Amino acid sequence: MSSMNKPKVANPGLPRNELGLNRRDYEGSMSTLCAGCGHDSVTAAIVQACFELAMPPQSVVKLSGIGCSSKTTAYFVSGAHGFNAVHGRMPSIATGASAANRHLRYIGVSGDGDSLSIGVGQLAHAIRRNLDMVYILENNGVYGLTKGQFSASADVGSKSRKGEANEQQPIDPVLFALTLGASFVARSFSGDKEQLVPLIQAGLAHKGFAIIDVLSPCVTFNDHEGSTKSYEYVRGHSEAPVAADYIAPKQEIRVQYAPGETVSVAMHDGSSVVLRKLDPAYDPSDRTRAAAYVQERALRNEYVTGLIHVDTRRRDFHEQHGTSESALNAVPFDRLCPGAAKLHGILSAFR
Amino acid sequence: MPERSSAAPRVNDFTLKFANVNGSGSASANALVMKAIFRTGVPVVGKNFFPSNIQGLPTWYEIRVTRDGWRARSGRIDLMVAMNAETYARDVREVDPGGWLLYDSTWPRAALHQREDIRAFGVPFAQLCNEHFEGARARTLMKNIMYAGTVAALIDIDLEVIRGQLAETFAKKPKLVESNMKAIEIGYRYAKEHFECPLPIRIERMDRTRGHVMIDGNTAAALGCLYAGATVGAWYPITPSTSLMDAFHSFCSRYRTDPETGRRDYLVVQAEDELAAIGIVIGAMWNGARAFTPTSGPGISLMEEFIGLAYYAEVPAVIFDVQRVGPSTGMPTRTQQCDLLACAYASHGDTRHVMLFPDSPEESFRMAVQAFDLAERLQTPVFVMLDLDIGMNDWMCPDFQWDDAWRPDRGKMLTPEQVAGIEKFQRYMDPDGDGIPYRTLPGVSPKAAYFTRGSGHSKFGAYTEDSAEYQEVLDRLTRKFRTAAKLVPPAVVDGRGAPTGIVSLGSCDAPVREALAALRKSGVAIDYLRVRGFPFGAEVEEFLAAHQTNFVVEQNRDAQLRALLTLETAVDKRKLRSILHYDGLAMTAGFVADAVGKALAPGVAA
Repeated sequence: MSSMNKPKVANPGLPRNELGLNRRDYEGSMSTLCAGCGHDSVTAAIVQACFELAMPPQSVVKLSGIGCSSKTTAYFVSGAHGFNAVHGRMPSIATGASAANRHLRYIGVSGDGDSLSIGVGQLAHAIRRNLDMVYILENNGVYGLTKGQFSASADVGSKSRKGEANEQQPIDPVLFALTLGASFVARSFSGDKEQLVPLIQAGLAHKGFAIIDVLSPCVTFNDHEGSTKSYEYVRGHSEAPVAADYIAPKQEIRVQYAPGETVSVAMHDGSSVVLRKLDPAYDPSDRTRAAAYVQERALRNEYVTGLIHVDTRRRDFHEQHGTSESALNAVPFDRLCPGAAKLHGILSAFR
Repeated sequence: MPERSSAAPRVNDFTLKFANVNGSGSASANALVMKAIFRTGVPVVGKNFFPSNIQGLPTWYEIRVTRDGWRARSGRIDLMVAMNAETYARDVREVDPGGWLLYDSTWPRAALHQREDIRAFGVPFAQLCNEHFEGARARTLMKNIMYAGTVAALIDIDLEVIRGQLAETFAKKPKLVESNMKAIEIGYRYAKEHFECPLPIRIERMDRTRGHVMIDGNTAAALGCLYAGATVGAWYPITPSTSLMDAFHSFCSRYRTDPETGRRDYLVVQAEDELAAIGIVIGAMWNGARAFTPTSGPGISLMEEFIGLAYYAEVPAVIFDVQRVGPSTGMPTRTQQCDLLACAYASHGDTRHVMLFPDSPEESFRMAVQAFDLAERLQTPVFVMLDLDIGMNDWMCPDFQWDDAWRPDRGKMLTPEQVAGIEKFQRYMDPDGDGIPYRTLPGVSPKAAYFTRGSGHSKFGAYTEDSAEYQEVLDRLTRKFRTAAKLVPPAVVDGRGAPTGIVSLGSCDAPVREALAALRKSGVAIDYLRVRGFPFGAEVEEFLAAHQTNFVVEQNRDAQLRALLTLETAVDKRKLRSILHYDGLAMTAGFVADAVGKALAPGVAA
């Protein structure tokens, strides 16, 4: 079973957002993933992010490919349309959907198999297009549904449950995205909601392709000793040079930031992301150095997390194409069809 | 076909062939000749035989002048313009007895003397160009324009018509009109001074091209997409479909761009491959935009997984398959109808798809429009099956018509008002009994939300692994396919009660109709059915049943239309006899008439 119905229980005590909706209104059907799966924590973070942003549920479009991670689009925002595409091809569905209506918010959920093996080409080209979407890559280093094969993100030396060590070089989605010029690159951990929720919110506010690599351990096939994607390993080997706080458009900044330690990034929708530098030398706007930093830390067996790179100046997919402000699925037919009189003129060029 | 002597005067009824090197600019010279004949009111058929190459390989262009308005190749060559040294010997061999040969006599051509049954005209084109024009590129280009002038003298084309064309082509560069006209006149004068002009094959003004255009099917289909209201195009470049998206892009930049803001009411994505191209189309149509992808056989192979998803999840999509020669890479610049089975049953599992078979650019325009309506009405992929011959050659067609009252049929798509009025939306129900469910668009209301998936689902749209729930949906899809048979354009039937029939489709129509006329003249009456859509309507079943023998004429090796007929109708397959043409060149009427004639000859079992 991929999903089960979950009864909506009205709880008048739950806090409500500006739309009068409570957190439960942003949930979906019951998860059928293994108990303790990292992906369920990511789902909870998406629910919280959307609730706090008071997004109308119908303004969200959920997209995924195939795999454990891709099932999770059924588990959040049941009031949104969802599309469970074929394996590794969600980015093309997202491209078409975005082309048809630029005004909805597109949330893609994928995994390391779906994104880095079968779907590596489509991911690369969605990044190149700077498609306006949040792309959450639930990364556990393993194929779960087919029972424990290594994925392309498995680190060299990382051991499978049977004790076999991986020898192939991993694809790090963060480095991959940086190389291709992604305009928003982040990494987080399913067990760190405090970091993950503001990253998702910042990603939703970003106009362009926001990729968030979320280390999300597989409790059944990749949570043992010797794995570099286990809860224990990721907790002990993560380091964030920058902490990101999401500040909604009209929200007051309550936290007092010490001068010189923060950078405020203005997003297109009027919100801002305040970056607190935990490593004073780190500059998230410098793509080349961000990539070098991630690589240096990887050599020390550390995952760099947080908002690793952001560039709000890159033109998104629709800006590159000069598309009309109205959604293409809503342009009046009279504006689309030149009509009989013009057809006569067009044909005169063929005589 | 009846034998004809080239020596008899044959006004407005002959075939020219130009042998050139590709990338040398010969295409514009050949088009100039063809357009000039068309503008003199005489029907023409143009066929381009080009290599899969950018520069340097042999290329041919055939112009059939046909006062009777036939639309197929003639299969003969009356005047060969042999400008390619590399193919010269072969080109000389191809001329029909009694025909003529025009060649560049700047260099000696020994092979010429091997034929005594044709007449040869040598014109020192290269030498004349060197005398009159400066620069290597100009000399190459002008050599082509110059032979057009010689041909004009030989077949009596009015030079003023050519001047008019050049003036239009180079409206912004009057100097080019003069230099091109100079080349034309040099070639023309040389012929007048040295040869007896005109030849028995010549042009005489008629009035049979008024209200017609010369247009290729890819451009026509692109125009259909523009008029149907398509806003999203996704594609990966592939011969011979590329010019379809190029044309759409160029029409849109002219008619869909806000003159003040420069904003565009369309979006064309050049995808990373065909898998992504069809994914983009599915995503866009799922989200309510009309979207399409043009491709060819190899692209269809790559798209199959997604096509199965669109079939099962019931998402509209429009795919133009401009068929080329397979298997594998095959011959990308040659024509065939070889993807019929691949498209009919594209993807794994039980899948069947709607197909349309235009016979010409004019029908490509109309069927492009229909394809979007059918895709949205039926919520399924629709294939428009062109081929290279229709897609890339200029065909003479009656002017396309457009009804300003026409509006797109968006099918069973609930409006926001309808959504507001319902209790609960369920995606895959069949309230109307036609197998077609209702759908909603994202962004409307949380009430309209549903989950689209290629995994097993119930009629409520929920994931299922329950046998009965799964089968219920699959059976409804069968009902939907039956509805499709009533919605696709019906076959064109020309039946007069003959015991024998021909069944064919697409670009075969032109040679088949000409062959039928020739057979009728020689006393053989045969009925004809041209399939225009798949699934087949009742009229196809009736025609097959009504005829003792049905010749199935198609352009592939494995009799794919015949296979579809045996699979999808009740016909006894012994009644279906194949006539197959699959060498990659467009079929001729002579081929069809000969094959039918042989099969019906006394002593041959029918």
